[in-house]
Amino acid sequence: MTGAKALIKMLENEGTTVVFGYPGAANAPIYDELSRSSIRHILPRGEQAAAHEASGFALASGRTGVCMATSGPGATNLVTGIANAYSDSVPIVAITGQVPTGMIGRDVFQEVDITGAVAPFCKHSYLLKSARDLPQVVKNAFHIASTGRKGPVLIDIPIDVLNEEFDFEQPKPVNIRGYKPTVKGNNLQIRRVREALSKAKAPLIIAGGGVGYAGANAVLAKFAEKYKIPVVTTLMGINHTALCGDLLVGMIGTHGVSAANIAVKRCDLLLVVGARLGDRAYTTVHSQNSDAVVVHIDIDPAEIGKNIGTQIPVVGDVKVVLEQILKKDIDCDIASNERWLKSLTELRNQKREYSDKKTFINPRLAMKVLSELTGGDAIVATEVGQNQIWAANNYKLSPKGGFITSGGLGAMGFGLPAAIGAKVALPQKTVVAIEGDGSFQMSMGELATIVQWNIPVKMMLFNNSRLGMVRELQKTTYKSNYFAVELDGSPDFIKLAGAYGIEGARISSNAELKDAIEKMLKGDTPYLLELVVDSEEGTL
Amino acid sequence: MSKRILSVLTENRAGVLSRISGLFSRRGFNIDSLAVGTTEDETVSRMTIVVNGDDYIIEQVSKQLNKLIDVIKVKTLDDSDIVSRELALIKVAANSETRSSIIQIVDIFRAKIIDVSHETLTIEMTGSAEKHKALFDLLEPFGIKEVVKTGMISIQRGTNYINK
Ligand SMILES: Cc1ncc(C[n+]2csc(CCOP(=O)(O)OP(=O)(O)O)c2C)c(N)n1
Ligand SMILES: [Mg+2]
Repeated sequence: MTGAKALIKMLENEGTTVVFGYPGAANAPIYDELSRSSIRHILPRGEQAAAHEASGFALASGRTGVCMATSGPGATNLVTGIANAYSDSVPIVAITGQVPTGMIGRDVFQEVDITGAVAPFCKHSYLLKSARDLPQVVKNAFHIASTGRKGPVLIDIPIDVLNEEFDFEQPKPVNIRGYKPTVKGNNLQIRRVREALSKAKAPLIIAGGGVGYAGANAVLAKFAEKYKIPVVTTLMGINHTALCGDLLVGMIGTHGVSAANIAVKRCDLLLVVGARLGDRAYTTVHSQNSDAVVVHIDIDPAEIGKNIGTQIPVVGDVKVVLEQILKKDIDCDIASNERWLKSLTELRNQKREYSDKKTFINPRLAMKVLSELTGGDAIVATEVGQNQIWAANNYKLSPKGGFITSGGLGAMGFGLPAAIGAKVALPQKTVVAIEGDGSFQMSMGELATIVQWNIPVKMMLFNNSRLGMVRELQKTTYKSNYFAVELDGSPDFIKLAGAYGIEGARISSNAELKDAIEKMLKGDTPYLLELVVDSEEGTL
Repeated sequence: MSKRILSVLTENRAGVLSRISGLFSRRGFNIDSLAVGTTEDETVSRMTIVVNGDDYIIEQVSKQLNKLIDVIKVKTLDDSDIVSRELALIKVAANSETRSSIIQIVDIFRAKIIDVSHETLTIEMTGSAEKHKALFDLLEPFGIKEVVKTGMISIQRGTNYINK
């Protein structure tokens, strides 16, 4: 068979049911084969969206997302999506066509060194030289993407390799000598964690994205519940902590809630679970903290000690490690933990006033209404900016819902494609894209994708006529010297959606919120709800 | 800041060197020298990397190297328990008057003359960084035309070796 055919066969073997991709000359043999395969192909309106869609698919379903592009510009358009997947440890496999092997290095038409370009932010990459290597490489690529600390893997395939006839042989079980992630926590360290917990008077869990990747949502909640340990999250941890219920204090960091940040400052034992604690989450906010003993549980040894000093490092799969800790009862001061928890819940529950401006929507209230009307069961995929933080801090997620966002990279243009990917993965779920007017315009070509492939995502567009978060930065840090943050020239978004045949409505007063959101949620059809927000509205 | 020596076993494959050197520049680590060659197993390369950095940097370097899929093993060598060598080829100006003095110096250092011309001598010298510097200082007045070094390679003393 040909390399291209073998590729499709291997994708099927790996359980791939859908590919987000864009054709061109160098990957044409793949498309020829794909046309005869049972794999669903979704054509977005740009390769960047393809990569984000693959990520949205992976984040919603836990399965590895697959995106494809042709050589040269197709491949470079994937780059932001690959970098995003790397920052947030999203398992995706990106497959690019490449110019013929014999032409590589001669700067021929549509040649770029894509494996070189993505090296800094790709978990691993392959440049295939022979079709015979293809089956094993594809198998290894999926393994690498979806195990250990997950992440993007790129396979670059020259067109002559795609056309090469060879005798297909099933790949061997994966065995990569340089890649053996540690799964089980070291027993000595586990014992030290138990000891630290038994001494603590005010322990705190910081939960990150790693909790979800390990499938540890339930065991984390069980652990926290058993010893009454309050839980705060990073932006990436929001998606995995709904089961923690009343133990949940909120998100930490520059854009977190104060109760959560105060918790970090006051705790005496910090259990960092599957979080790398990037600068926005921790270091810039908590740099002077503290005397707390730090336990850091992570599958990636390189994260331990990188951003935060750690007394008790535990390398391993978060789920396995938490189960190890739970194996023996710990003699905790539960009464003290409960007092500490109570002090935090009081802070958290301080009544929130929703300011009511007559001609503008309060975005926090909008997110609250969305939570109520969906029961938190909807998957929310956000853009980047104020809209993202409004969603993060005000959408009350249920264990059945989801919160998908671009955390580490903060890539505008992520939200709509990510919502599309999520809806493709879980068609029975309600998926709501939370949009900013700036971010939306980076990916709004995807309205066509929604229509062409019948992917009925709901869109809530917070229109503050500004690059709101940057404007706020100019306000606080540059003496209100507003420059290049006005989005004049934006289209009438409702008319735009209409041009694609997508229904929508625009509202500008809080009184309309409930009916409008109800209407948006009704039926399994795409819908754009535009919410007019004051450009002065703050992020927090 | 101190100099530390890392031994890195990698797959002997295209692209590995660029991944490793790229990692150093990308993460702001300073390489003093990097020497690479195959090992007793030809599918495996061994790099000796001399890095400048404090304990935090060295730990990060070694962890980040370990994360590369093509890296099989990383070991930070204990300075006091290794033998290290570096090879240098030095071309120095020499005429009938200076030639014998240079040869004397070369003999004292147990270095070797490997090429002679009317105007130059080319010297091969193996040894530690200090020994190189001493020879270099003594040859300098004669006029050094060119120096090529391999970078340091290191191996543990005694029966210890790095297990793949
Ligand atoms: C691709 C990209 N370019 C630039 C930025 C910098 N940036 C961060 S937030 C933001 C404003 C986003 O505007 P909008 O989507 O309207 O969201 P808002 O903050 O107004 O809710 C910008 C420009 C970014 N994060 N990503
Ligand atoms: Mg905006």
